[in-house]
Amino acid sequence: MAETAASHAHAPAHAEGTNYLNAQKGLMSWLTTVDHKRIGVMYLISTLVAFGLGGTFALLVRLELLGPKKDFLTADQYNQAFTLHGAIMVFLFIIPAVPGALANFVLPIMIGAKDVAFPKLNLASLYVYWAGAIICLSAVLTGGIDTGWTFYTPYSTVTSTSVISMTFGVFVLGFSSIFTGLNFIVTLHKLRVPGMSWFNMPLFLWATYATSVIQIMATPVLAITLVLLIAERAFGLGIFDPTLGGDPVLFQHFFWFYSHPAVYIMILPGMGIVSELIAVHARRRVFGYHAIAYSSIALALLGFLVWGHHMFVAGQSELAGVIFSFLTFFVAIPSGVKVFNWLATLWGGSIAFTTPMFYALSFLFLFTIGGLTGVFLGILSVDIHLHDTYFVVAHFHYVMMGGTVMAFLGGLYHWWPKITGRLYNDGLGKLACIIIFVGFNMTFFTQFILGSRGMPRRYYNYLDQYQPLHAFSTYGSWVLGAGFLLSLFVLMTSLRSGAKAPANPWGGASLEWHTQSPPVTENFPGTVEVKHGPYDFNAEGTK
Amino acid sequence: MSASHSTAHAADTSKLSPQFHVAHHFDSADEQFDSAKLGVWLFLVTEILLFGGLFCAFAVFRSWHLEAFVSAHHHLDKVMGGINTVVLICSSLTMALGVRACQTNNQKQATAFLIATLLFAGAFLVIKYFEYSHKFHDGLLPGRYFTYAGAKYPDEKIFFGIYFMMTGIHGFHVVCGMVLIGWVLLRNMKGHFSSRYYVPVECVGLYWHLVDLVWIYLFPLLYLVG
Repeated sequence: MAETAASHAHAPAHAEGTNYLNAQKGLMSWLTTVDHKRIGVMYLISTLVAFGLGGTFALLVRLELLGPKKDFLTADQYNQAFTLHGAIMVFLFIIPAVPGALANFVLPIMIGAKDVAFPKLNLASLYVYWAGAIICLSAVLTGGIDTGWTFYTPYSTVTSTSVISMTFGVFVLGFSSIFTGLNFIVTLHKLRVPGMSWFNMPLFLWATYATSVIQIMATPVLAITLVLLIAERAFGLGIFDPTLGGDPVLFQHFFWFYSHPAVYIMILPGMGIVSELIAVHARRRVFGYHAIAYSSIALALLGFLVWGHHMFVAGQSELAGVIFSFLTFFVAIPSGVKVFNWLATLWGGSIAFTTPMFYALSFLFLFTIGGLTGVFLGILSVDIHLHDTYFVVAHFHYVMMGGTVMAFLGGLYHWWPKITGRLYNDGLGKLACIIIFVGFNMTFFTQFILGSRGMPRRYYNYLDQYQPLHAFSTYGSWVLGAGFLLSLFVLMTSLRSGAKAPANPWGGASLEWHTQSPPVTENFPGTVEVKHGPYDFNAEGTK
Repeated sequence: MSASHSTAHAADTSKLSPQFHVAHHFDSADEQFDSAKLGVWLFLVTEILLFGGLFCAFAVFRSWHLEAFVSAHHHLDKVMGGINTVVLICSSLTMALGVRACQTNNQKQATAFLIATLLFAGAFLVIKYFEYSHKFHDGLLPGRYFTYAGAKYPDEKIFFGIYFMMTGIHGFHVVCGMVLIGWVLLRNMKGHFSSRYYVPVECVGLYWHLVDLVWIYLFPLLYLVG
């Protein structure tokens, strides 16, 4: 492709040791940057803060559940704690974390581009995220919120807590999500360097593309739902409120039309990361590249057809229930395709037991449990028993935390040398992963048992018979918390005392490993050439 | 596919307006133009889905309360709604002509067409204001505030809930559109646009057509079918 004179004129000459971190100095240089890498780093810090905050509320919830009666929190405080835990984790951490932080950082580099298509919009998405976060959290100061993260009507139209602040914050956060998704789609369509065909892209980008499509198509529906809910509370609109002739189940339909696809906004990027981790750290070309790529698209599309499985017992028609149940089973197919292809990639690979690989293996184990228990819940008759019990809580934590958070941490450890230019203590990193893995299973496997024995979710007290399992789950949450702190400690100490990272510490073959660590501001010092595929580990320069 | 864009014009910088600028991460002006347009189209997808939720709510409640909806829609002023439809269609025409004028380096004509578009948009809002104040006066209001004494069915208030949400959010989009048209109008008057650079006008135009298109559906559904 012919290049214009303009693009050469802007290419600065880079001095030795210059990179995107030290190219400019001062707080303002960060707040006004349009560099996708810096924006990614700011997203990373912001979402990790949100993760810490949401995690603190989770620990509070578990603490209260240590004993069967009221222990530390009142019923109202408990309702607020689990609502804030859910809302913060979903809207402030898990939806923006991988796209905003990791994909933002590596996506343009992986396709050989200098930046995303709309750098200013990228920065705007971060500011909108911050604004949304502040509006959401202002709910804590102005009366709290106790609706659960799903804001179900009719309760959300009558509770005296600050539903409007929280839902308006989530509405604003939706724009941040849309901006990011829109940016990535255009970037992937228009900014791939010559030679970077669609099927030459790392699988993480296929997953990110699928995620972006959902962000574009689902988020506006949540936006209008929240606007209607706000109007319901502010003006007594009468669309969701049954006392005015409205229909609360319509709210659930609208809400899950977004929020079920949103589940794939959360898990698909994680799946993409795992494809990278497994290939690079087993040094083996991905088995079934096309199958994994297409299964991401299939999940994105199927995700739009299964929202009704959240409402099997909410009064939707039996026919609708049967159809949604049937469609739900289809989700298992692309998920299974991915899992089997990852296993086949590992088989015969030379597996390096690095920290990222530990997280990838944890993901495989936990996501498979999470996915299969989802099939149980998709069965109509079984769901009547398990609906709104801890079984559901355990299921989505296995997918969201065992899946996405594990993949996120794996990806963070995988690209950490690229992002910061530092290596970390791999032994301690693995130890942290093991502690997290053990703590996670202690916390949530018990909840499968609790739920199957009938323990309902969202109760601050319970019958004495559940006490041993609840207590065990709470001890698990402490192990889990300790694991996360150790994991954070490993990363933070690497900043201070970690060895300087080489350009390609893992022997990766995709483009981000072909530039220095950390990269220069425009990612590559010269023209980018795609000489080999993203998983050609025998090609030159990947040893 | 990115390699396929012709860059034959890229070297010809003589006709570029002073504001023309290819950002550092694009290879060519064409690539930048295509990216911007794709971005706006994706944004329009989100707009359609946003209104899609409201159309869906309309369909659901209409099927449940058919008599109430039919009865309630007679309170809407078909003449005013019809005039507004014509006004918006005209504004779409002037917007399209404005884009065309930019493409053909006709700055004065572009200014005239953009001003005309603004005037049509303003006229739409004025007519809407008279419609709204009439409804307020009669108490034909959403949900809790519905005080109209002559209603045959209690569920007519749901019709007005949906009517005000749909036309209100549409009206908000009209106001946003006017701000955007005003922005490209000012830039056009400063001579920022030319046949080689008219992306903002084109993108604002796309948005404006969508706003009109939404009304093209709102008018028959709310005013004529009910």
